Amino acid sequence: MMNFGVVRTSSTLEEIQSNSYLRKVESSHTINIKNLNVFIEEHHILKDINLSIPDKSITCIIGPSGCGKSTLLKTLNRMHDETPEVRISGEVIVDEENIYGVNVNVIDIRKKMGLLAQRPCPLPMSIFDNVAYGPRIHGLKRRKAINQTVIQYLQYVGLWDEVRGRVRSSPTRLSIGQQQRLCLARGLAIEPEYILGDEATSALDPISTKKIEELFIKLKEKYSIILVTHTLRQARRIADWVVFMYMGEIIEAGKTEEFFNNPKNKLTREYLSGSFS
Amino acid sequence: MRYIRVVKDRTARHLMLGIALFSLLLLLVIGITLLFKALPIMREKSLGTLLTSGNWKPFKGDFGFYPFIISTLYVSAIAIIIALPLSLLTSIYLNTYATKGIRKIFEPVIDLLSGIPPVIYGVWGSLAIVPLIAEKISPHFVEFSSGYSVLAGGLVLAIMILPLLVSILTEVFRSIPKEMTDASLAMGATKWQTVKKVILRKSLTGIIAAIVLSVSRAFGETIAVLMVCGNIPLIPKSVFDACYPLPALIANNYGEMMSMPGYESALMLGAFLLFFIILIFNAVSRLTLNQIENRYSL
Repeated sequence: MMNFGVVRTSSTLEEIQSNSYLRKVESSHTINIKNLNVFIEEHHILKDINLSIPDKSITCIIGPSGCGKSTLLKTLNRMHDETPEVRISGEVIVDEENIYGVNVNVIDIRKKMGLLAQRPCPLPMSIFDNVAYGPRIHGLKRRKAINQTVIQYLQYVGLWDEVRGRVRSSPTRLSIGQQQRLCLARGLAIEPEYILGDEATSALDPISTKKIEELFIKLKEKYSIILVTHTLRQARRIADWVVFMYMGEIIEAGKTEEFFNNPKNKLTREYLSGSFS
Repeated sequence: MRYIRVVKDRTARHLMLGIALFSLLLLLVIGITLLFKALPIMREKSLGTLLTSGNWKPFKGDFGFYPFIISTLYVSAIAIIIALPLSLLTSIYLNTYATKGIRKIFEPVIDLLSGIPPVIYGVWGSLAIVPLIAEKISPHFVEFSSGYSVLAGGLVLAIMILPLLVSILTEVFRSIPKEMTDASLAMGATKWQTVKKVILRKSLTGIIAAIVLSVSRAFGETIAVLMVCGNIPLIPKSVFDACYPLPALIANNYGEMMSMPGYESALMLGAFLLFFIILIFNAVSRLTLNQIENRYSL
């Protein structure tokens, strides 16, 4: 059995971040999107998006399929770079820096954004190595520090007790909900400043969904969280801000309560009442 | 009449089972025929002598297969050692870095390369590779080499299995889910980090399968190797010495000198050895693959 260093039964984000290996988390984070347009080949996917995303809160992006929610999310960590057909104009200002400006390092941007994908996708390595992946690729070498980081983030997502005997084995035997929490731990281990969720619970059962939602609520004390979601009820449950998109445009955005109780736009009202989805 | 489709289904099933069994049977028949034909020489001499002796003098009745076995393994090993890194890097490039345009140019070219007849590789090998080895490479290492050598055979074979390897490996890498590479990239990994830690790992079994396929091909490749490796039945002392792989031995001598006692039987034993080597190689790699799959549960 290997030595895992100091093992604590629970850890808070303060504790984890107090021994952060990369940098102290800055105090305030905002994302400002200005005149963002995205084209995929000839299709105009996002049209003149202007949006501010506040710090330390959960912002849910809702809208019918194909409205551009996921495309918008992908502009935030520049994952569109991987698809040559995509053209982007406009600005996305993260921490006062336009991430589409010149001299911007994509790796730095992605390190700031922890992504939780729709379906959990463990990397082909052990549970331990999955969580250690981020710290390792960003240059963490000391064994003890890696052990500590892995254990703490596994504890944070409530997975440590479930996997402690088999962290060296493959994650493919975990349930899909456990895998998604593993992916969250993996994303947190790169010590991001923002968390992006792309329908992160749509593949999960209700109990696993609840666990992930609770984690998001716990995480918003420290992070700005942007979630794309298909379920209105989820947005109502956990969002502080809601953004409604339709056909590549932002139709309405506002505080959750106001948005759901008193929608201003006709389209929003129709969408909320279930006239289309 | 309601059940006619059930009857059809059953007939189809049995028919297909029969055909599948037939191909298995064919394998057995070939193996048994070769073994049967090789029996006379095995009765005359012990199998141990035949396999470990380096003496090949058919007219004196000496049949030592050791040089041929060594040559086969030697040439194939050189081929895979040269071809594997090249094909890995090529297919990684095509799969991960290359734009669609580049891929569109390269993929048909690679398919075309694997369609070139071996004899052309052989001619090209003896016109280009052999003189290159004789004049430019070997003088740095040994006193004399005709160029017809283990290295020439290995190089020609490497070039021949390269397109095969590239097309299998490209397929292997393509089968990796995009979500997986995206997950790595989204964490801020570079493409190279993703290749090293995710793509290669995920495709380990596929890579091994590709190696097995191309090495089996290399073992059996006859004409191109025969034209460049010198065909002298001696144990090669360096890669610049001539060698004589089993397929070349059979192709060169079958149908000739049948008057010599035991010669035909000896050649059949050579064929059986080749058959056996490929069979064992495939079986061992299948076991290894299973082990890897179990260990990493890929």
